[in-house]
This record gives sequence, structure tokens and C-alpha cells, in this order.
Amino acid sequence: MTPEHWSPRIVAFFCNWCTYTAADLAGVSRMRYAPNVRVIRLMCSGRVDPQFVLDALARGADGVLIGGCHPGDCHYAEGNYKMLRRFQLLKRVLRGLGIEEQRVRLEWISAAEGEKVKAVINEMTEQIRVLGMLGMPRRFEEWDSEMHQLEGAVRQAESTLIPPLDDEEEPETLHA
Amino acid sequence: MKYGYFPGCSLRGTGRAYEASLLPVFRHLGIQLDELEDWNCCGATAYMSIDETSACVLASRNLALAEKAGHAQLLAPCSACYLVLNKAKHYFHEYPAMTVQVKRALQRGGLAYSGNTPVRHPLDVLIHDVGLEAIRQKVVHPLKGLRVACYYGCQIVRPYATFDDACEPTTMDQLMEALGATVVRWPLKTKCCGGSLTGTIPEAGLRLVYILCKEALKRGANVIATVCPLCQFNLDAYHHDIRRRWEDVRIPTVYFTQLMGVAFGLRPVDLGLQRGFVPFQMPASPPDEPAVAGKPVVAPPTR
Amino acid sequence: MATHCEEIRIGFYVCHCGHNIAAMVDCEAVARYARKLPGVVVSRDYRYMCSDPGQELIRQDVREHRLNRIVVAACSPLLHEHTFRTATERAGLNPFHCQMVNIREHNSWVATRKQDATRKAKSLAQAAIHRVRFHKALQVQRVSIRPEVLVVGGGIAGIHAALTLANAGKKVFLVEREATIGGHMAKFDKTFPTLDCSACILTPKMSAVRSHPNITLWTLAEVTQVEGFIGNYRVKVRRSPRYVLEDACVGCLECIDACVYRSPKFPDAFNEGLGKRKPIYIPFPQATPKVVLIDPATCLNLKTGKCKQTCLEACGERQAIQFNQQERLEEIEVGTIIVATGFKTFDPRRQPLYGYGTYPNVYTSLEIERLVNASGPTGGEVVARDGRKPRAIGIIHCVGSRDRKTNVWCSRVCCMYSLKLAHLLKEHSEAEVYNFYIDIRAPGKGYEEFYNKLLDDGVHFIRGRVGEVTDWAMTPEEEGRLVIRVEDTLAGCVRRIPVDMVVLATGLEPQPDAQAVRRLFNMSCGGDGWFLERHPKLAPVNTFADGVYLAGCCQGPKDIPDTVAQAGAAAAEVLSLIDKGYVEQEPNTAYVRDEDCSGCKSCIPLCPYNAITFAEDRQKATINETLCKGCGTCVASCPSGSIVQRLFEDDEVFAEIEGMLAYDA
Repeated sequence: MTPEHWSPRIVAFFCNWCTYTAADLAGVSRMRYAPNVRVIRLMCSGRVDPQFVLDALARGADGVLIGGCHPGDCHYAEGNYKMLRRFQLLKRVLRGLGIEEQRVRLEWISAAEGEKVKAVINEMTEQIRVLGMLGMPRRFEEWDSEMHQLEGAVRQAESTLIPPLDDEEEPETLHA
Repeated sequence: MKYGYFPGCSLRGTGRAYEASLLPVFRHLGIQLDELEDWNCCGATAYMSIDETSACVLASRNLALAEKAGHAQLLAPCSACYLVLNKAKHYFHEYPAMTVQVKRALQRGGLAYSGNTPVRHPLDVLIHDVGLEAIRQKVVHPLKGLRVACYYGCQIVRPYATFDDACEPTTMDQLMEALGATVVRWPLKTKCCGGSLTGTIPEAGLRLVYILCKEALKRGANVIATVCPLCQFNLDAYHHDIRRRWEDVRIPTVYFTQLMGVAFGLRPVDLGLQRGFVPFQMPASPPDEPAVAGKPVVAPPTR
Repeated sequence: MATHCEEIRIGFYVCHCGHNIAAMVDCEAVARYARKLPGVVVSRDYRYMCSDPGQELIRQDVREHRLNRIVVAACSPLLHEHTFRTATERAGLNPFHCQMVNIREHNSWVATRKQDATRKAKSLAQAAIHRVRFHKALQVQRVSIRPEVLVVGGGIAGIHAALTLANAGKKVFLVEREATIGGHMAKFDKTFPTLDCSACILTPKMSAVRSHPNITLWTLAEVTQVEGFIGNYRVKVRRSPRYVLEDACVGCLECIDACVYRSPKFPDAFNEGLGKRKPIYIPFPQATPKVVLIDPATCLNLKTGKCKQTCLEACGERQAIQFNQQERLEEIEVGTIIVATGFKTFDPRRQPLYGYGTYPNVYTSLEIERLVNASGPTGGEVVARDGRKPRAIGIIHCVGSRDRKTNVWCSRVCCMYSLKLAHLLKEHSEAEVYNFYIDIRAPGKGYEEFYNKLLDDGVHFIRGRVGEVTDWAMTPEEEGRLVIRVEDTLAGCVRRIPVDMVVLATGLEPQPDAQAVRRLFNMSCGGDGWFLERHPKLAPVNTFADGVYLAGCCQGPKDIPDTVAQAGAAAAEVLSLIDKGYVEQEPNTAYVRDEDCSGCKSCIPLCPYNAITFAEDRQKATINETLCKGCGTCVASCPSGSIVQRLFEDDEVFAEIEGMLAYDA
């Protein structure tokens, strides 16, 4: 999509027992909210692998929303706690990558809280609209081309300064 | 503790006793009141009912002055001022069209208002900022034997119950008990005093005053404590008329600050207590003996 | 990534759901878009996919186009996933080769612009189409259902459910917190609109519970722990001491007469505190079990150890009284559970303007039920707390109901019971009776007729929300009485009605421990605090915990006929499970791929069900799939990616992410 027509794309991972049901309730109650969130149903927020989040961002999502049961209410006793633990670590990784904190959000939403689904989605959509496009796929392209250029530059420098080595050894030198 | 102080017209007119007692009592508690410079009429209920926008402009000027003078909070002891200033502030946030006009008008006078200055009532400040314990410590003459009907009136609880319950306010009750007085259960604490009807349609207005006083006496009260200059005036000034129409229900009506001053040991004359039509004096009866219903502690009439 | 040898042939279907989806999503455009996606052989839009012709469409297409994957974009999978899996199976495929796309609840019903909703539908469809490629053929697991049932709560709901099940030959454990079963219904004098005597219709059922060979009744008992899952629950029940042996006591009540307290002294909870009881007592004459109990908080012997113990003497040889009785913990195994824990009435002290607790002559409706009851504290005579017989009585409706300051819901029963109490109060006294109402809600069989009868009987009805109950008098006529101040919205004026007694029609609220109870049974509560049914229309007695059912007011306010109907429905659900003997479980369990497991053991402490063990010989983790409940927590945490969750495999989720973002990338 072109930046002019850009609108936030948010991938959501919702627990089957609470937040997914709450989103169904929001629908049944005909609450209108921003169309920017696309939901993937999992049995528990404990199933959310940090790689899912990173993959979604890498593939062009501008934000990721994770919805689980309130503390103490997990259908599987404590999957939400396990997610919370993982989420704390994930946030550090994201910070390291220069990804704004508001782009990845964890919310406890019970099956009865259709109103909260609406509020969270609207709020998050607005926040991300302000932050703008994350554009990881494009950044990957840029980084790849930078790497290519760098590689070319190194190759060129080597060819002029050092006498060429055997073909097999060359890659090792590059990555050392 | 420091507050900007908006006396309003009543405290310089019929409600002089309120200011006369408020200032020494607050000073005694170590609270600094800085009178707002160049304040103007709050507009009271009359202006609001005729032209809300103009009334808001008028009231907002005071709020803007308070901001300009750097007052973090503004104390408005008169119930009408308290309500109107709060209403102006509410409207400023609730009605954007009106906000534009208010801003424009203030701008023409070289003023600006952000809508932030909190408007506080003395009861609110006493209970929530000073605290009952600090007040209790200042009491030198506990109000033993005094049976108080706490009268809040309408304007400090309706429509905005900002610091107390709208139907069953208790801040003054707590205060009076801290001073050593007994509070009588009197379900009329937020009922109408007749407002300006005592002057315009006395039959209706005075009936309300009569019921307030009659019920207070019935429940064994020997004084009514009030927060509002208009309430105080209505409950105090018309007993002659009321006796003619129904029966004698004379009972002193004083400001809560006057009772505080008494408990703090300040001189009655410094508290404006001589200003009441129905004179107030502390009961002489032993503290544990409740006053007999229907027999208020009233000095012989002076007129 | 895809290791399948077979060629993937996907059939894609978009449901219009009448106008529900089609009004907001351009279904044809979605079908057109999907047709171009890799693997899609057939792409259609259809009016009602869940209908028979809709399902038949899938079958035909599978046959004609050799489809091996099905994607249906329609409503929530929580509603119709089962339907389309069955349709897929009937078409000859493995049911798990089907995937649903939620374009109704999550899209058409929440969108405001058709173009947004259509885009979202396309993107969700693409996600599912990419995902379904990785679906594996799975077998459902069967779990057997134990035939024993636990019923929690011995009100009319629990009683009816227990009897229905017991009569069908099932073994039932009925656990009640109070000393007797009967619940609120036992306190009522009459029932609306037929004016049957409440006790007359309830007590035969109570004794039937007591004598039924298939029912184990535990009173003064509470469930403290629930473990396990549908079919096999292990439940711990704490039984508080009664200090009287249930089997030895014959209910002669001689011990009560013999108690060292000559006269009853303590507030009697059954009579809402209007009457008095002794420390040894029976809640009411028809209490079930008809066994006395001793209140340890008031019994002299239990409190101080210094008492003549005249009750022991009176009991004599039967030796039913046991002062040293201790709390007991029972452990039972059941297959299914019915929760019927009821409600509490609104505490009107929270609304001081009605004067409850301030004016002695202000009553709650439950107090009046006892007051007009022939076996109540006054023998059915209407005498106020101050000893006066009221000349006028005001009944205030909607106390703690339909009020943003307290509870917003309509409690459903108050209008009707207020009418009933108006009738009874008129019958038992000379008083004029006024009803103060917002709307009269009489939607039931014979209810409107009952209302009409009361209008004819001269009961006064004033439409308006009461502003205040007070004792200040405007006129001499009001002196010494209570005054109800109300805006009469039909007459268009504010009125003051002097009365001598006020009845507050208090609404129904969730039990104060509803949150703790729902956690115990792994259920959910709605925002209002009532237990949440699985679906408001189609699964009204089911919960989100399989094998746990709801009956009665714990799910929301309802009257006795509705409660009994719901209890019967819950019992029928349980019976159908027991008679089938098994449930099919979603095959979403996890397993370890041995070749990838590094033996780090980090998954083992994560499993809440202890389903993961470590095989020392192979130095690998293994998952016991009968214990696994399919949360997927271990899968997400495995550092070597060796754990796989069926139905939610990494490949499937990654494909879903990829597909979702491939559209409009």
C-alpha cells in the first residue's frame, strides 16, 4: 500500500475463551469500531509465541494486540501469566529494535467486556495512526541493499589491497 | 495552606457575619486567604436563568483573574457564588460554542481562562485539606449541649455534588461532632429555604422556612447551622411573619463558621454573633441533658 | 514448508447471512478475490451457508471438483465451526480440513463503511486460505462421562434439577450452604399470579429430595475445590459442623424447649430478623433435613463451655447432639456439575433516600413475605415494628433496579411480587395500598390479568419514581407518619402520600461471592456479575466450562416458572451427556517431536496439568495427551521449537499471519 492511502494494520491474537468471545459480543451488540484489527484465534494467550509478534511486524503489521483473560481468570489456570512474563522480555527486544512500545499491546479482556474490545481497538488504532507506518518490509529491503552495497565495497577493497585467496576461504573472511 | 478568596457580594451585605467568622477561624487554623483583586459579581442565580452565556462570561472573569493572580485554588464561601463559578467552569468544558464566546469576551478584557482553577467550598477545605483531627485540636470550648440541625441548602449539593453526597451530605455533621456538638437527625438538610420567594410569594416561601424550623425544633435542635447567606437570612429574619401565619418556631440560625469560632474560644462579637435576629447563646444546661423538644435555647427577644 | 504430496484443492465459501453480512461486505467481490488465490479451485458466495442447501453445496463441490480443503467465511466459529466441520466430514473429508473466517461478529456487525469491511473480509479470507493448506487430518478424542452429578445450591432450581436427574436414575450430590434446602422460595408466602401457597408446592419437593435414594444431600456444606474436566471432576466439599447427628435426630424439637435460654433471644435469619430463635433451633417447621442445629456463635456451651446442657438431657438416649463435631472434608468424583447458587436481594441501605434502617416502619419485600405468612413472626398479622397497624401502606418498585446509581437491570420479579404483596397486605389488613412504579412489567402467563384484578380491587397505582421517604410533616395529617414524596408522572405533579408502612421492592443481585464461585468452576461472569451463559439464545444453560451448567437466578433474575424450566433444561443437558456416555474433545493437544527436543526441561514446570514428563532414558520431554488440555503454553515456550499443538501448529499460525498481511500489502 502507498503511504498516502496508509491506514494502520494491526494483527491481534485473542484467547478463545475471553477476548475472542468479547469481540463476538461486541459484534452481537453492534458496537462500531475501527476496521484496522485482524484477529487470529488461539486457545490461550499462553500460546502466543513472541515469534508470532515479530513475524507479524516483519510482514508489515503496524501493531500487534494480544488479548487474554484477566489475572486469575485464565481458562487454563495460568497461561496468561506465562504470556505476561514473555511479554516483558519481548518488550525489551522491541525496544532494542527501535520499535515504539505502543505498537505491541497486551490487554486483559473478559468475555463480558465487548465495550473494552471496542475501546482498546479504537485507542490503539489512533495511537498507531499517530506513530505512522512501521514499514518493516521496506526497511528490510533497505537493509538488504545496504548489505549488498557494503559487501560490494568490501569485495572491491579486498581485491585491490590483498591478493585474492582461495575461493572457499573468501566467505569466512567476510563474516569474521 | 493558601487559597485565593472570593467573598462575593453577600459576605459584604446580608452575610457579613459569615465573613466576620470565616476570616478569624481560618486564620486561627493557619490558612491564608488572599482576596481576589478586582473581583466582580458572580451573577448569582438570576443572571444564569436569563442569559447563560453572558452569565458565564461574568463569572469566568473572576476565574480568569484568579489564574492571572496565580491562585492555585479559589475559595468561594457563598453557596450561590460557589455554584455559579463551578457551573461556569463546567460549561466551559461542556459547551464548546459557549467556550468560544467566553474566551473571546475575556480576551477583549485582556484576560484568558484555561478552565482549570478549582473552586472550593470552605466545608470541603476544612474536611479534606485541614482534616477533622487538626480542627479537634483547636477546640477549647467544646459545644457540649448544643444540638445542631446541619443545614446544607440546595446550591452546594445540586446539581454538582462536588465534595459531599447529593442526598445525604455529612461534612458539616462531621465538623459539628468534632466541635463537641450533637447533631440531630433532620431529613431536611438539603431542602429549599424559599430562596427569593420569601420576598416575592411569601405564602409559599415562608411555609418552607416554617417547616424547616418547626421540624428542627420537633427533633430537639437548639440551633440551625448553615453555609449559605440566603438560607441564613430566610431562616432568621421572618419569624415575626411566621408566628402570625402559623406558630412561633423561633430558633437561632448561625453560620457553621460562627460555631467553630465559639468552639475555638474566639469572642462572640468577633464572630458577628450579635448580628442574628434570633440571638444565639450557648446552652447553660448541663451537657448530658438534652434540650426539651420545642424549647430552643433562645435569649429573650430584643425587639 | 508444506510437505504434503497431495495437491491442495480449496473450496471457498462466503456467506451473506441474509443481510447480516451482505449489507456491509461485498460478498461477490470477496469470492472473486479468493478465486485468484493459490490452491482455490472453487469460490462462491451464498445466501445462507449454514442452511441445508448451503451445506449441500460443499458436498457437491467436493465431489465434482475433488476439493480437499474447505474455508467458510461466515459467522463466529464459536457459533458454527461444528456445523461446517460436520458438513466437511459428510462430504467425505476429514472435518479438520475445514477453517472458518469470522466476517460477521468481527467485521460486518462492527464496521461502518462497506469498503473497509470488504477489505477486512478479503484479508481474513486470505489468511484462512493460506492456513488451511497446512491443516492435518485429525481424529477426535473421546472422553467418557461419569454418571454422577453435582448440584450446587438447594433452592428451587437445585431441587428441581436434582430430582429430575435422580428420577432418571442418576446419582446426585446436592450441596447446600444453609442448614436447610428451599432457598428463597421457602420464605415466600404465596406465589404470583396464582397465589399458590409457596410452602405447599415446595415442601413436597424438599422431602422428595431428602428421601430419594439417588440423592446425597449435604447441608451446611460448601464446594471448596474443583479439579479435572468434563466427564471427570474431582470435587472437595467442606461440611461445617451442625453439632447434631443428622441420622440420629428425629426432629422432635424437645431440645429446643429444653435449652437454658427460656425464650428465643437471637435474630432469626429465616424470618429476616423479624423473629427470634434460640441457639439450638430449626430454621422453619418444614426445614429439610428436619434436623435441629446449634449456632456456635450463640450457644453457651460452645462459646464458654459453661452450660447445664439441658438439651443433651432432653435428647436422651438418641444422643443426637454432639458438641465435639468437627468440620469434615468430603471428596467426590462427578462427571457434570449444575450450578444453582441463586441470588441475593439488594440492600436498600445503599439508597438512604428510601429510609431503610432509619425509619423502623420501612421494610424490604422479603420481610413482608415473612410478616404476612401464617407461620411468620406475627402469625400473619400486619403489625409494624412500632406496634401500630398501618392505615396506609406504600410499595416502592424498582429499589436497586433500573437505576444507574445501583443496578441498571430490571430484576424481572419485583413488579409481580409487589402486586402479590399488595394483594396479601390488603387481605391481611384494613390498609389502603399504594404502588409506586416506573412501568408495570407483567409479561407472563396470567400476569397481566393479575394486574387488572388488582386495579379492580382498588389498589392504588402511582406512576413515578419515588424521590424520598421521610418523616417531616407538611400538614398536621402527616405528623408522626412516613411521607412518600413522588412525582406522579400521569397527573403531572409532585405528590406527598402519607403512609404508616413502606415496602421496598428490592431487586435481585448476584451473590456476594459470585466471583469466587465462578473461579471455582472456571466459569465467566457478565459485566453485571451474573454467571455468563455460553450463548444467550442457543446455549442458555451451558457455560464456557464444558460439563458445567447453570440453573436459576445465578444466571440472571428470573421468576419461579422460568427457574424451574431452566433447571429442567440443565438436567436434560446433563442427561443427554450421561446417556451418550462420552464427549468428543477438540483434538488440540500438544506433542513433542523427539528429534528436535534438546531435553532442556523448560516446558515441564509450565504445564498447569502436569501433563509433561521427562523420559530419563531418552532424555526427552513427553506429553501425556490425555492430560493435555490444549492451551499451547508449552508450545510457545519451547526454545527448540520441538512441541507442536494440533490445530494451532506454528506453520498454520505463521501462514495465517502471512495471508492476513499479504492482502493490501
